[in-house]
Amino acid sequence: MFRILIATVMLFITALSVSAQSADLQTILQENSKAVERSSRTTISPILDALLESESTNISTLLENWQSKKLWMRKSDGLFFFVENSDADPIELIDIESNEVAGTADKSDLKELRPNSGVRAVMASTLVRFQLIDEDQIQRTNALTAIERDPDESHLDVLRGTIADEPVTAIKTRMERLERLLTIRFDKDSTARVDAITHFAGDTNIDVRAVLNPILATQIKTAKEIPETENVAQRLSVGNGITHDAAYQLLVDNNLAPQRITTKARDAALVANIADGKIGGFDVASLNTEARRIEAYQALASKESVPPFITEEAAQAALDAHVFYDAYIEQDSAVTDAARNTVRSINTRVGAFQVADLGLDALSLASIYFLAAIGLAITFGVMGVINMAHGEFIMIGAYTGYVAQQLIPDYTLSLIVALPLAFVVAFGAGVALERLVIRHLMHRPLETLLATFGISIALQQLAKNIFGTQARPLTSPAWLDGAWVYNDIVSISYIRIAIFVLALLFFALLLFILNRTRLGLEVRAVTQNPRMASSMGINPDKINMLTFGLGSGIAGIAGVAIGLFGQVTSELGSNYIVQSFMTVVVGGVGNIWGTLAGASMIGGLQKIIEFFNPSNTLAAQTFMIIFIIIFIQFRPKGIIALKGRAAGD
Amino acid sequence: MERSFLIRQPSVLIFIGLLALFTIGATILSEGFGLGLISTSFIKTLGKTLCLCLIALAMDLVWGYCGILSLGHFAFFGLGGYMIGMWLMYARTEQIVINSLANAPLPPTSGEIRDAIGSQIFGVVGGSEIPTIWTFAHSFPIQLTLVVLVPGLLALVFGWLAFRSRVTGVYLSILTQAMTLALALYLFQNDSGLRGNNGLSGLQNIPGASNVSQDTISIWFLWASALALGLGYLFAAWLVSGKFGSVIRAIRDDETRVRYLGYSVEAYKLVVFVITAVIAAIAGALYYPQAGIINPAEIAPIASIYLAVWVAIGGRGRLYGAIIGAAFVSLISSWFTSGQVPDVPLGFYTVKWVDWWLVLLGFGFVLVTLYAPKGLGGLFDRLVRRQDA
Repeated sequence: MFRILIATVMLFITALSVSAQSADLQTILQENSKAVERSSRTTISPILDALLESESTNISTLLENWQSKKLWMRKSDGLFFFVENSDADPIELIDIESNEVAGTADKSDLKELRPNSGVRAVMASTLVRFQLIDEDQIQRTNALTAIERDPDESHLDVLRGTIADEPVTAIKTRMERLERLLTIRFDKDSTARVDAITHFAGDTNIDVRAVLNPILATQIKTAKEIPETENVAQRLSVGNGITHDAAYQLLVDNNLAPQRITTKARDAALVANIADGKIGGFDVASLNTEARRIEAYQALASKESVPPFITEEAAQAALDAHVFYDAYIEQDSAVTDAARNTVRSINTRVGAFQVADLGLDALSLASIYFLAAIGLAITFGVMGVINMAHGEFIMIGAYTGYVAQQLIPDYTLSLIVALPLAFVVAFGAGVALERLVIRHLMHRPLETLLATFGISIALQQLAKNIFGTQARPLTSPAWLDGAWVYNDIVSISYIRIAIFVLALLFFALLLFILNRTRLGLEVRAVTQNPRMASSMGINPDKINMLTFGLGSGIAGIAGVAIGLFGQVTSELGSNYIVQSFMTVVVGGVGNIWGTLAGASMIGGLQKIIEFFNPSNTLAAQTFMIIFIIIFIQFRPKGIIALKGRAAGD
Repeated sequence: MERSFLIRQPSVLIFIGLLALFTIGATILSEGFGLGLISTSFIKTLGKTLCLCLIALAMDLVWGYCGILSLGHFAFFGLGGYMIGMWLMYARTEQIVINSLANAPLPPTSGEIRDAIGSQIFGVVGGSEIPTIWTFAHSFPIQLTLVVLVPGLLALVFGWLAFRSRVTGVYLSILTQAMTLALALYLFQNDSGLRGNNGLSGLQNIPGASNVSQDTISIWFLWASALALGLGYLFAAWLVSGKFGSVIRAIRDDETRVRYLGYSVEAYKLVVFVITAVIAAIAGALYYPQAGIINPAEIAPIASIYLAVWVAIGGRGRLYGAIIGAAFVSLISSWFTSGQVPDVPLGFYTVKWVDWWLVLLGFGFVLVTLYAPKGLGGLFDRLVRRQDA
């Protein structure tokens, strides 16, 4: 015993003498050379402390090099050097104090120090205190990021020591914030923690919640009486907050009640006691109901060959004798109270932001539906025909974008080319379809539907034959990558913003064409009364052709837009066709405002249903379709119905 | 006294005769009962084709005679298949489970058997509980009743809602399409209780007939399908020949005028819609045991559109037209997509029919709509009329 004491004292003195010397780095390393060579997480700390005590200016360089395996030892005399280039022959040695070249050595005479990952982590956290006061702003920011990623109790004091001297306001704010987060996690002082927690009220960043949620973690416990020391979140009673079975199991786990005989254990006991085809006097073959098995087991229990069942009364008595409660793992009730309030205020704000984010999502979905459906709405409105091949015009547009990208390597330029090109190609396809097929099926809308379906499957298969079945990428230019981020919750990708803008543009353009141009006037006239329009000198044939082309052309542009955030496949169009139909039907035929209303409603509704049941988009779509079917009951002609003679029947 | 509809429509008897000849012929040539010239898988294809003819007949009634272009009748077909599939799968799994538990030291309780069936059937979707909709799956008669009841009820509710608000024409087509899409999407979910996109499988094994070879079972189903088609045809011919038939044809031609004449158009439409849904369901219940597997993709809107295509190609408004269309297109489709058709080398490009068949079908369909609006059945009519003259 006495010897151990002396040894401890001696060690203490040596440690003191190391620090008292404030020697140079090489000396300190030499003194601990065994530990330096074979460092471990525990042995490294005193060495690092000693190094810090030395107040040498080159400590951070030493640690960085050591960490990145650039610290080598010369075997002949045991001195340490930096080695920048270990492949050179002979290897150049650099002095660890002055960073100057201190001669060369052969590789066989040198040994590389390989600190393990634990040691490197300790070094990194020591290095942080140097980086935090580094001249270089980037170094300081990096240090903060490192702390954020892997915070440690020791960082708290370091941070507090550096905040006051920080010249850059932005970094200072960040430091203060980080200091508060660390305070909540590591500080021993209750008031400081409560202050820090209260400060974060309404802060929606994820890191705050990541720090606060563990404080509010609870554990269900049981005891005869609730101990004074417990920080109780909530008292539970059986049936209210905890089920009967769970409560009893908790008692069993805490050795407060005997284990119940489970069905499995009972059956195992029965099997173990089979003798001559009988169990406790019962035929094995007769044990094919629960009741019979229980009887057989009780027969065994009465002979004391198996433990008896725990009766319901005994179980209830055990439950009644104990209280159940939910206790915070965090002991300090002031801290948990503050955390609860702060989390509540944060959740309120998060909820509000989620609604805003939902709004953005719905808006972007609505713009996609609008783009996909508007062409359909125009042709349906003017000609009264449903074009089942509309989805394939979307697909044609998407493939046009893909081909344009293959020919023009610059993504921005190819997109600029692809948009009008997609319009032209789809316009051409639309006009061809109108001339060759639809014109001959006028006044037979149902047959048009089927004929265009034939076109649809033929075009889809053609696309498959030409481009293959695998998905083709349509890459967006770099300036459309990424997202506009307001905070952790509200964000929207630039592509979706672009699609929204595109949808707005086309909405405005179509409104202009239909209401302010000669073509629009004629289109409206043909929509309302083709015979009258034709007697006024309008050629309905030409108007039909042009509208069909226009509707198809817009579908082509929608195809480029849809292809940008998905992938181009031959099924691209058919994925949107049913939604497009419903948009048109819900919105009301032949009316741009109606399509806008329909798209907004369907897009919004789908997002809202998804919000309530986020794991299941299939259910969301199912419910939405059912809703639409019911909606049609009340407004069979859509939200915005044509009135008067224009309504046809 | 009015003459029987059979005498007024000689084509009915001709059809029944041909169907009987076909069935007997196929049986004689089959592996199960006869010379073995036709493989069992082809017998199954023939049986399935008969079921498709039956649903095409229903489609012809609702579209060709009543003018309702339903793009959702495959939903009823699929539901019928699901209902019978539930029994087939449950009963068969029960047998397997009982056999495997027979060697356990304790005889199994009914609860244990249920648990084992549950984890057998629903293990694939990560569950072991038997959902409530499977309550009657153990009982063949109840499940057989449900084959008719469930699709019938769906058609009744949907049709009542749709016709009541006077949704007509293309609107109604889109609405029926939405219905079948909604049903397919619902069934695609794993927690729908019908095994999500895995669907029901192993339906070709008939519980209680494990000793009977597939060769024989395929013949049974061929007969059953032929019988169902024959009865369905008789029923449809009877339905369209009387006053009821006249009214629904009138609704097709001018709905408003029929309404002004005092007929309850909505009621007639609803009756036709529900009857055809039930016929479709029966067809489905016969089809899927021959196909062996059913999954929600079968109900996707495209299937119902193809159905309309068959009827249009065959010639709608005449019952044999629907049969011709369904049989012709589905058999020729399976021929072209089977890879048995020789490729056409053009020197610079080889036309593979597996790839090009759909293109041909699509454009062929456009041509039929444009130039033969009465379909193949129309050509048939023209032939008969020439003989008369």
